[in-house]
Amino acid sequence: MQPNLALQNHRDDTVLTPTFVPGPNDTRWTPPALDAALQVRIHDLMVKARATEEMLIRMMRTGHGYFWIGGPGEEAYGTALGMLVHKGHGPAYDYLHLHYRSSAVVLAMGSEPIDLLRQMRSTVTDPYSKGRNFVNHFAIKPWNIVPVTPTIETQYLMAPGTALMQRRHGGFGCSIVTGGDAGSAEGDFYSAMNWSTRPGGELPVLMLIAQNNYGISTAASTVQNTPNLHQRADGFRIRNARVDGNDPIASWHALVDAMDYVRNERKPFVLQVNCSRLNGHSSSSGAARHDEPDCVQLYEKRLLDDGLATQTELKLVWDKWNALLSDALKTVVAEPMPDREHVLQHVWYRGPAGN
Amino acid sequence: MANLAQAIRMALHYGETHLGVTDVFGQDVGAPLGGVFTCSQGLKTAWNAPLDERGIIGTALGIAYAGGKPVAEIQFCDYIYNCIDLLKLCGNAHWSSAGEYHVPIVVMTPVGAGIHGSMYHSHSFESIASHIQGWTIVMPSNAKDAYGLMLSAIADPNPVLFMAPKGLMRAKGDELIPGEPADEKTLHQMIDAPVGDRSQWQPDWPALQDYRVPFSQARIVRPGNGLTVVSYGRQLVQCAAVALELAADGIDAEVLDLRTLYPWDEASVFASVRKTGKLLVVNEDTEVTNFGEHVMRRVTDACFYDLVAPPQLLAGLDVPGVGLAWGYEKHSVPQPEHIAQAMRTLAAARP
Repeated sequence: MQPNLALQNHRDDTVLTPTFVPGPNDTRWTPPALDAALQVRIHDLMVKARATEEMLIRMMRTGHGYFWIGGPGEEAYGTALGMLVHKGHGPAYDYLHLHYRSSAVVLAMGSEPIDLLRQMRSTVTDPYSKGRNFVNHFAIKPWNIVPVTPTIETQYLMAPGTALMQRRHGGFGCSIVTGGDAGSAEGDFYSAMNWSTRPGGELPVLMLIAQNNYGISTAASTVQNTPNLHQRADGFRIRNARVDGNDPIASWHALVDAMDYVRNERKPFVLQVNCSRLNGHSSSSGAARHDEPDCVQLYEKRLLDDGLATQTELKLVWDKWNALLSDALKTVVAEPMPDREHVLQHVWYRGPAGN
Repeated sequence: MANLAQAIRMALHYGETHLGVTDVFGQDVGAPLGGVFTCSQGLKTAWNAPLDERGIIGTALGIAYAGGKPVAEIQFCDYIYNCIDLLKLCGNAHWSSAGEYHVPIVVMTPVGAGIHGSMYHSHSFESIASHIQGWTIVMPSNAKDAYGLMLSAIADPNPVLFMAPKGLMRAKGDELIPGEPADEKTLHQMIDAPVGDRSQWQPDWPALQDYRVPFSQARIVRPGNGLTVVSYGRQLVQCAAVALELAADGIDAEVLDLRTLYPWDEASVFASVRKTGKLLVVNEDTEVTNFGEHVMRRVTDACFYDLVAPPQLLAGLDVPGVGLAWGYEKHSVPQPEHIAQAMRTLAAARP
């Protein structure tokens, strides 16, 4: 059976997104209320991300993909971030300059897990790169998600550019850039802070540092003289904070505070999210599970303690996503791989009617 | 006639008023200087960036992603080397995102020797640039082409590297740019910022017109039948002058200005070589893994049975830099006497 190639570039722009959308008369950004239903929704999306990442690792181990790199451990803050993104196309909306551990962000925004499986397997139906890039290297223009790069620092440099256009445009839109503690050692991180604070030209950039204490195998404590990397922003007089990135509720509130400042004051903010790295750097370390706090398990315990969910309900969430992913894998393994005719596609942009 | 710097400036002005240029920026690009070669004086979209080449290219990429049309300047190509991964990202974004994004940016940077620029104001960059895929690479040799190539670069939806031969920045053209006043003093009074206080100065732009030099079209600067000389930028000017001199000695060189280095005009070069049977490529980048070697290889593949002598490359010496003392530059970067010798030797070659 021929696969349905119409699935290319499939994204659910309406049904799955819980993203807050300002009303037409809103002159100031205000976040959605974090009520009980939304807290349950956060869990659903965290499991969506975790189950997807676990499937990606299984694919790597079973020969359905060459290389895995991803974000187990970044679901808590990532989901909150994805839900708070002002999603859309153009400078009125947020631009996202993500690192390659951002599956939770993109899945919370409404991406379909099957598309990550496609990129993992390098099928030609992979909507993000047509089988050209590693998994978790997204590119979603309708949502202002610019191409994710394997370089861990260059995204910091692009954020001032999109933010400059947003400053001119006005409104709530900001540029959100995520990186890791290792990436913050690069000069590009400091360049972004400098470019975002030119006198009279301050830019609405929200810079996130996912502090998981490791750069591949190198302990951050051996190469940077502080675990509080957000305080580097003090030298640029940029407001900054640190939050427990394994706690989605704390992350939500910290992101709301940071976004409120960036969106409404149109100035940069550096937020450090301390989080776990549950499966190491990538395939290069075997993707073995590490003994670190698991944000999904911690949040499930909290939901149970607060009476917001039962064990049965939590299990149903896992069953739902695992079943969806199993079906997705069956679909993806039947889809075609890139071949000779695809190599020269998209070298040059020839306009909307071109390739 | 406008000089090359004035031509670039007028093209940028046309770009910002007619072709959607949103930002012309880089170190010293905005007021008061308007560029170290004055290429951005008086532009309404010009602004000064931090002295941060990586930041300049990264910000340009972000502007382009957000729908802008930036022209970013790296003040001298000698300082672009720390941006190579960013240039790669600009060039591969369309391919790596499976067509989702494209990057309509222009990066302009002065290249080459000829101004006693010493080790860090004399580099050439075309050989390395040609290894960064996804970019169109252009280099004008005269003011009118500079204007036309810049407009083509601005209008193109892909990344374009505009390399300006710094040794020609003050070289006046011999053809008017469409809309340029015929009297160069008038042009000077209209668009050149005064020396001293410029705070109240405003340019009076001439009524410039759209004129584009299409990419990948070489220009036959001098027709001939004895040998083919392929060059670009400052060396092209030297080659044309030498060819004119040697014509008196019966050496009938056809001189081609490549203008677009990538994707280059293979058809015109092949046609010339098939006519003359001899090829000399002249540039001032260092010799090893030189862009000219690529031209020679393609010509050898395509025109092997038409060649009557081995293709030749005259390039810069493979030394770490262009030294400040004239003796260094004279003996490491092709000079007219070197070009003349190379042409004479090739013209005399027999199967």
